[in-house]
Amino acid sequence: MEQTNLSAAKGIKKKSFAETTVGRITRFTIVRLFTLFITVVIGCYLTILIANMGGYVDNILKNDIRERTIMRVAAMTANQKISNEMRQQMMNEMIALEEKRLGLDTPFMIRSLTYLGNALQLDLGSALNMTSDSGSRKVNLIILERLPATLLLMGSSQLFLFFFSIFVALILSRNYGNFWDKLIITLSPTSSAPPWFYGIFFILIFAAVLKILPFSGMVSAPPPDNTWDYILSVLQHLILPGSSLIVSSLFLSIYNWRTFFLIYSSEDYVDMAKAKGLVSREIESKYILRPTLPTIITNFALLVIGLWTGATITETVFIWPGLGRTIYRAIGAYDTPVIVGSTIIYAYLLAITVFLLDFVYALVDPRVKVGGGSSS
Amino acid sequence: MKSIKKFFKDITSYPSAVAGVIVIFLLVIMAIYAMISIPYSEAIRLWRGGEEVWYQNPKTAPPSWFNIFYARKQPVSFSIKGGEGDFTKTVTVGEQGTSSVDFSYTWDFQADDYPQELIIYFDSTYESKNPFVSIYLTTPDGTKIRIGDFGVDEEMTYRFSQDEKLQKRLKTDKVIQKLFSIPDSDPVTTLKGNYTLTINAVTFETGSTIDAEFVNHGTVYGAFGTDIYRRDLTVPMLWGAPIALAFGLLAALGTSLLTMIISAVGAWYGGWIDALIQRITEINLVLPFLAILIMVGTFYSRSIWVILGVTVALSIFTGSIKTYRAIFMQVKESTYIEAAKAYGASNSRLIFNYMIPRIIPMLIPGLVSSVPSYVFLEASLAVLGLGDPVLPTWGKIINDAETNGALYKGQYYWILEPAILLMVTGLGFAMLGFALDRIFNPKLRGL
Repeated sequence: MEQTNLSAAKGIKKKSFAETTVGRITRFTIVRLFTLFITVVIGCYLTILIANMGGYVDNILKNDIRERTIMRVAAMTANQKISNEMRQQMMNEMIALEEKRLGLDTPFMIRSLTYLGNALQLDLGSALNMTSDSGSRKVNLIILERLPATLLLMGSSQLFLFFFSIFVALILSRNYGNFWDKLIITLSPTSSAPPWFYGIFFILIFAAVLKILPFSGMVSAPPPDNTWDYILSVLQHLILPGSSLIVSSLFLSIYNWRTFFLIYSSEDYVDMAKAKGLVSREIESKYILRPTLPTIITNFALLVIGLWTGATITETVFIWPGLGRTIYRAIGAYDTPVIVGSTIIYAYLLAITVFLLDFVYALVDPRVKVGGGSSS
Repeated sequence: MKSIKKFFKDITSYPSAVAGVIVIFLLVIMAIYAMISIPYSEAIRLWRGGEEVWYQNPKTAPPSWFNIFYARKQPVSFSIKGGEGDFTKTVTVGEQGTSSVDFSYTWDFQADDYPQELIIYFDSTYESKNPFVSIYLTTPDGTKIRIGDFGVDEEMTYRFSQDEKLQKRLKTDKVIQKLFSIPDSDPVTTLKGNYTLTINAVTFETGSTIDAEFVNHGTVYGAFGTDIYRRDLTVPMLWGAPIALAFGLLAALGTSLLTMIISAVGAWYGGWIDALIQRITEINLVLPFLAILIMVGTFYSRSIWVILGVTVALSIFTGSIKTYRAIFMQVKESTYIEAAKAYGASNSRLIFNYMIPRIIPMLIPGLVSSVPSYVFLEASLAVLGLGDPVLPTWGKIINDAETNGALYKGQYYWILEPAILLMVTGLGFAMLGFALDRIFNPKLRGL
């Protein structure tokens, strides 16, 4: 600051540190990282509050513990001669111990803050009731165990959807107005229905009536011993949920990309390129795809982090053992650490992606300067 | 006036928009019909009443009109009270206070399959000696089969298939099948024609009465069929329409109006208000939308109105607020705003009378196209088992059907009826919204 004033006073036309590229990027990086971090903190804390209903879930858990302990003590002391006071004391001790184990003995507001601190350090802690398949209560194990299933389902379907719709959209935008183009426009309202909805129809047609594909699950029971058979079985189970995820947004996705490309291909410089007699492939790659690259990259990045959340309802309908279903089950079991854990990871992924996208824009689009947006 | 005419001309040039309008119009009519023909309290009573409301209906019976497509015709369900219609009731007073009451009912049976069950509900009044009944069934070939003779309590249910004496007499435990078959046929085939149920009752006291209701649980029922709890699916199918429309429209309207007002306020005042709105939008992006809805449904309340409120609250601060903000930023600089400012219009007047009306045409397509997503959101929550506990909605029927394994058991009608209605609703709004988008958005014209 002082240096700026000094150089301005001296009238020397020399760029101050704050105006150099490095300075601008550094300042932008710090401010951006800070605001993003604050966003993640607030978002995460809100999720903690909501996941506990502001402490209301504590009451549910306490009542639950009380009820279970009373039953257990009654069962334990059923055949023993034991005085009522003894039984009462035993019960109270067990309740106190269980509440201590779940951390219910400290007030919720204090607990929520330690919770937040731990969550921000990605120390996700232990689940209250849920266990991973290997029997661990560690939240990150529970989440990691489900991740491959979700990545398989969401990854294969979303990546296919993304590239396939861009590919088709480019072809359609090249010769718009033909039969296929009109067909896609007509079919695009079908994307108003969510994937699980198509899932039900697919199960009905291919599993119930035609009996050629399995109803649900990820692998046939019992799972095949042979690795190849196992992979085949998983692929077979993948077809229905995967295609319902694809079909439910395919037409709208193609339509949106096609319209997007058409708007760009009606620009003057594209006409100019056509007039110059460039081949259409070159026009497409240099004059249409190049300026739309930031949008394509944004969409792709959001798609990749969107994989993380899974598809709760589709996974539920298909009984696919993915993350979405785990979160749904966690909510049903009042297991807040699992809910918060998955949210914080998503928040971090989103923040990092948003942060990186700013730089990627500057790389692919020479008109964009990092940190140059708001000041100029 | 001219612009409205032009707008309608534009609309009619899109066949999908016309189809969408027709669908929405039909849905509205269906919703009004549902609310008039089955008032709310009656709908709730029919839907949540319990066995005493549903006893007349068979279990998981497809709609009657399915018979058109079935190669093997199914027996249609019916129930009739003694003394009503063709179920005749004649009382003959005898000596010493006794009287004989004769019931008779004849119906045409043309099905290839057997009814689920035949039930007679008796209702009698007496002081010390209860009435005595004898039941007979006359088959089309003229045989009169004795079904049973017994004394009747004040309220009594007689099920044909559960009567052990009858099972012994007919030498089979498949009573219904035996009664409705051609004797000694192989393979067993139904005997078609007129069946007559005769009940001869004798009462032994003056003032003692007896009434009977004959319930025939067929395998097809009514216009929409029944579910596993014998509930008539007509109620939720009809009532699903007003609920879906109300939820979808209110959520879409509430979200887009609030988004528009908030972004207008932010764009107008700028400064910290604008910054705050931007930050809230970013935080909202981090919050897991569906998970929060599920949490509210699980922990707090499953009432459709609470869910509606939370949905709207979470949907305000999304990407669309940024789109609106960009448009308002442009509008803010227009000369007519400058002029209004010059003659001293207040801030609220500027926002609500000058800025917001300007972008309403841009709002409408988005509003109409977002209706299906909210309709399906309600259904999605219902499929997760978080539907409104009281109201009969389409999504809840899909959930019921799913959890009771309708797909595995081949009861496709149960899942298809609500699914098709949902699909039609979604498509109707989506098609109209799509066409409106192309009409209102000059960039898309001709594309």
